[in-house]
Amino acid sequence: MNFVIPSFAPAIPEIVLLVMASLILVADTFWSKRFQNATYYAIQATLLVVGYLILTSFSAETIYTFNDSFVRDSFADVMKLFTIAVSFGVFLFAREYLAQHKFVSGEFFVLGLFGVLGMFVMISANNFITMYLGLEIMSLAMYAMIALRKDDGMAVEAGMKYFVLGALATGMLLYGFSMIYGATGTITFTEMKDVIASGSADGIVLAFGVVFVVIGLAFKLGAVPFHMWMPDVYHGAPTAVTLYLGTAPKIAAFAMVYRLLYEAMPGLVGDWQQLIIMLSILSMVVGAVVAIAQDNLKRMLAYSGIGHIGFLLLGVLAATDNGFSAAMFYVIVYAITGVAGFGIIAALSRTGHEFDRIADFKGLNQKNPWLALMMLIIMFSMAGIPPFIGFWAKIIVIEEVVAAGFTWIAVIAVTTAVISAFYYLRVVKAMYFDQSENKGPVEIISPSLHWGLSFVAILLLALGLLPSSLIDLCYLSI
Amino acid sequence: MLTSFPILSTLIWLPIIGGLLVLFAGRNNDTVAKWLSLIVAGLTFILSIPLWTNFNYDTANMQFVEQVAWIPMFNVQYYLGVDGLSMPLVLLTTFTQVLVIASAWDVIKERVEQYMGAFLIMGGIMVGVFTALDSILFYVFWEALLIPMFIVIGKWGGPRRVYATMKFFLYTFLGSVFMLVSFLYMYWQIGSFSILDFQNMPLAMNAQILIFIAFLLAFAVKIPMFPVHTWLPDAHVEAPTAGSVVLAAIMLKMGGYGFVRFSLPITPDASMTLDWLVIGLSLIAIVYIGIVALVQSDMKKLVAYSSISHMGFVTLGMFLVYDIMQNHGTMAGAAIGMEGAMVQMVSHGFISGAMFLAIGVLYDRMHTREITAYGGVVNKMPWFVMFAVLFAMANSGLPGTSGFVGEFMVIIASFKANVWYGILAALTLIIGAAYTLWMVKRVFFGAVTNENVEKLQDLNKREFAIMATLAVAVIALGVFPSPLMEVMHTSVGNLLVQATTSKL
Repeated sequence: MNFVIPSFAPAIPEIVLLVMASLILVADTFWSKRFQNATYYAIQATLLVVGYLILTSFSAETIYTFNDSFVRDSFADVMKLFTIAVSFGVFLFAREYLAQHKFVSGEFFVLGLFGVLGMFVMISANNFITMYLGLEIMSLAMYAMIALRKDDGMAVEAGMKYFVLGALATGMLLYGFSMIYGATGTITFTEMKDVIASGSADGIVLAFGVVFVVIGLAFKLGAVPFHMWMPDVYHGAPTAVTLYLGTAPKIAAFAMVYRLLYEAMPGLVGDWQQLIIMLSILSMVVGAVVAIAQDNLKRMLAYSGIGHIGFLLLGVLAATDNGFSAAMFYVIVYAITGVAGFGIIAALSRTGHEFDRIADFKGLNQKNPWLALMMLIIMFSMAGIPPFIGFWAKIIVIEEVVAAGFTWIAVIAVTTAVISAFYYLRVVKAMYFDQSENKGPVEIISPSLHWGLSFVAILLLALGLLPSSLIDLCYLSI
Repeated sequence: MLTSFPILSTLIWLPIIGGLLVLFAGRNNDTVAKWLSLIVAGLTFILSIPLWTNFNYDTANMQFVEQVAWIPMFNVQYYLGVDGLSMPLVLLTTFTQVLVIASAWDVIKERVEQYMGAFLIMGGIMVGVFTALDSILFYVFWEALLIPMFIVIGKWGGPRRVYATMKFFLYTFLGSVFMLVSFLYMYWQIGSFSILDFQNMPLAMNAQILIFIAFLLAFAVKIPMFPVHTWLPDAHVEAPTAGSVVLAAIMLKMGGYGFVRFSLPITPDASMTLDWLVIGLSLIAIVYIGIVALVQSDMKKLVAYSSISHMGFVTLGMFLVYDIMQNHGTMAGAAIGMEGAMVQMVSHGFISGAMFLAIGVLYDRMHTREITAYGGVVNKMPWFVMFAVLFAMANSGLPGTSGFVGEFMVIIASFKANVWYGILAALTLIIGAAYTLWMVKRVFFGAVTNENVEKLQDLNKREFAIMATLAVAVIALGVFPSPLMEVMHTSVGNLLVQATTSKL
């Protein structure tokens, strides 16, 4: 067997990320004493460079490399671009929070950058090994980030929870991988698809494999009934970390679903579609109902995130190109909205006061009408009320479910949307109708955050008024 | 002709952008906020007049059409236009808008810019609802309206405002999401979201029934029909005066408009099969809710229930067509019912708006709406009582006022359909007169009952102007309704053809 040097060109963004992350990791130990923000700027610059590299080499062509273990296609490019954009926002919001809470922040950003690398690898994976590699790079970074505050009991507990359950999920996933490998004799997605289509693989083993893979995916997405970790981890982690957890990794997790279920196992759609239907309905219902009982905004957003995952899965269960495009649109919108939603908590929190209870938002309109308006946009966008972008995300996945012939699921979906509107309204109610509990003014920590947050919130409105280009982008890239 | 000028877009976006401007420009300056709002609202009204003067009476086609691709991937369009059914409602909206801004002039003291801005934005959105010809665009406007209304009731409303505003939002949101699923279903069938395409598409019976029910939920909640009406008294009682006016005068009309734009033309066979349901609920609303109104002790609640009762005529008039067809084999009488329903919508817009404004005037002075707190108001506020009694008479359907025209037409049509319908509908003339006049007697007439009433001041110039404008509208429409009917005539004829042409 001849050794052929593989083409590195498709993986240049990942390579740059890896090299830069490693360099910054080393450099951080020297910098952090003298220049507090050097690491932060280096990280953001790296993200910008990588984003620029992807943009300039954008092509609709699909390229496989590294012995077919890595794929670069328009789906990957678009997903990576949004991962970059969302992460950029996350780091921007996180920095002020970390500074405010006086915790050494170099590791946070380096780990964050490694996490982004993991997401990139997941997005571009074309075989089980690459997928697993990417997943672990991302997860390890996140385990460490959650527990970064060693002196905070809740954060350590959350880190522990996430680690144990994450390891369990990974185990499930690997177990499923091994069965599918056993049945098909290949780990490469493109070959697997052909083997399954040929019907030569053992159906029962495949079916078991699919079940375990879907369970693993459900854990990573936080779909009911594998969602238990989400509220605790979101709540327990420092807000900057929650911000990170709740946004970009969802994009990567969706990419994993797309690669595994739709690219590798479209032949087993009969098996996984049933599972996804159950996960989707349960997630929507539990996400909507349980969120009502939450008084903590981070917990509420965690449950609302579970509901959003249910909606995202609507696009997946349609099991069509358009369905996945709709789900892709949904996850991108969700990630952007998440940056705004968690970002506003991070931006308002002070040392000793997390500003994460719904009660903290009481009377915000009196104190800071602009901020209240931004939060109003974010909440109504999450609730899926027009004219904000969240409305289009919901309507498109619902349309794809109807097109796939599941009108009854669409009816369930819209009903849960009404239920969930209730708790988003509670936040608006607190801001506009209630009297504040304390007298002090409410200001965002810094002007850059103020502008950043305003930008994201107005983006939700602007995209809602003119959603066409983002929709086209998603529909043309699958 | 002004056909090249995007007049409908102007009517939508001028108040919305104006409202946003008010939000920022008027932040610390109430005077700026008020005047800017009044100028924007007035300008919008003036700009809406050409809709009437340049209206082509001879066609049922959409006029002043604007059409631009919005989301090409799903064939969603920014598609606007009016016909004889929607044009009067657009004018009603822009007209009411001016009065609403004026009515809040001295009353609102807290965050004036948000209040005025919210009403301007609502005005633009409501014009959007009445002019959208793309169902998704329609839905966007339909739902977006909830946001400012939610804020207005919740922030400036009465003591139980939070409960009322939540109930309002969730009820109407729940009603309309099923409508959205219907739109998506129909889009999936024909690949277009255009309402006109929906009206021409074939639909199987079971699909029609489901779609009809989804529409019914959406529109019944908005109108509101018995038994989903319970949000309305709550919302009205808690809403500030201007909020009540917008709710009663315009938002309720959106439900009625939905029936003529969606239910009847898109699902004619289901409408025929289920017309008994709508007629039954309408008659219950007319009679039962009328009786409920009789026992209210709160004036606003009384008028709120009377609104539900009067809106029963709207749905009744619309759905009589099938019975009339069966009885007489022609649609001759049906047109009267349908036109009566449309006239009733416009007329109720004026009358209910006027009633709520009148109650608002009293409330501003005494800060109570309990009927028992008043008595003998006429001795202290003769001008006010003159107007208020006129509106009350119109509300109970006195000939010569606009309230009479629509109800009379619907009653005639219902006798043609079924004698019992006619008898039940006509009962409202008694019940309506009873609750309205009894309230009038207790509040306005008799001796002055307490010292608070003794201190009342009569209308100031601003209030007088508002009342007089509405009084002119009520009488003009009552004495001379034909200009309004001429506008509708062709479109109503076309609607009846659509409603009776089977799609199976």
